[in-house]
Amino acid sequence: MRAVVCSAALWLALAPPVAAQSTEAEVEKYRKMIAEDNPGELWEIKGEKLFMQKRGSKNVSLEQCDFGMGPGVLKGAYARLPRYFADADRVMDMEARLLHCMKTLQGFDHKAALKTKFGNLNRESDLEALATYIAAQSNQMPIDVRLEHAKEKEAYKIGETIFYRRMSKMDFACASCHADQGKRIRLQDLYNATNKTEIDRVMSGWPAYRVSNSTVRTMQHRLFDCGWQMRLPNVEYGSDWTVALHTFLSVSANGAKIGVPGMRR
Amino acid sequence: MADPMKMRATLKGDTAEVRVLMSHPMETGQRKGPDGKVVPVHFIQNVEVKLNGKTVIEGQTSQAVSRNPVFSFRLKGAKAGDKIEVSWLDNKGDKNRTEIAIA
Repeated sequence: MRAVVCSAALWLALAPPVAAQSTEAEVEKYRKMIAEDNPGELWEIKGEKLFMQKRGSKNVSLEQCDFGMGPGVLKGAYARLPRYFADADRVMDMEARLLHCMKTLQGFDHKAALKTKFGNLNRESDLEALATYIAAQSNQMPIDVRLEHAKEKEAYKIGETIFYRRMSKMDFACASCHADQGKRIRLQDLYNATNKTEIDRVMSGWPAYRVSNSTVRTMQHRLFDCGWQMRLPNVEYGSDWTVALHTFLSVSANGAKIGVPGMRR
Repeated sequence: MADPMKMRATLKGDTAEVRVLMSHPMETGQRKGPDGKVVPVHFIQNVEVKLNGKTVIEGQTSQAVSRNPVFSFRLKGAKAGDKIEVSWLDNKGDKNRTEIAIA
């Protein structure tokens, strides 16, 4: 009896790694299948329409928005973000800049602009569609975030500090989940931000179509969602906190070829 | 409905591999909305594929198909320049169509 119990325990100890590996392979197969026809491309098309549409109290389109390479220049702009903008005197990522243009160029009220920032089954998000379109204009280009202005260097340092700092009720840092190889939450594999291959793969794919949410999600949503999972106080859309973290992560992924919309579970 | 539809066709020998990305909520009629009321059924019922104006595929779909469906199929006997048109009709009478020429 005792011998049987021992060998059963041994078998159980050996089984899990094999099961996990085949699950990973299956998820990868599923990802490849879906990636060939990414529903996120529909958001890109919707985003282009919204971009050209006259909206807001000033009834103008976003075509004159300056994403860092001059008003109206979209090609390659996303690859260089986040960056410092003199007219706002702060570092902004693509979404913070989009919000800025919606308010200053188009005359949107802050609250109104963020009303549908994150879409769900019951309502679509303009911001998600716009973000997908803007980011797609940098497809095939390498991430190229430069730290030239003093505030850009500062944002990087702050972002790095945030990444490693344990915070809030659960005492989690981003690093608690994302600074080690092969970590996993339930069945979700966690990428390792300190591994260049992995951070390149992850950062080059935002915005991404999130299958479980049936919509495209952006970096701002990702940071908001992580914040929620870590039980942090409310993460504000386009805030300095999110931009600093985004700067740190993007710089870590410099050189990665952008391919959006990506795909997430 | 002006919601976008995206079609891609690649020619492999004499067979065209076609993929169509359709934008549609595909409501099953079993989901409750934010107001607590059931969201009514709204799904694509018919899909039609025409090759150079001639119907080659006619399908009936149900609410079992997911949101934003991807429809992929192979057309044998296709050549470069052939026109493929995909159209759908939903249970509310809305329609959409898209057309491409095989590259």
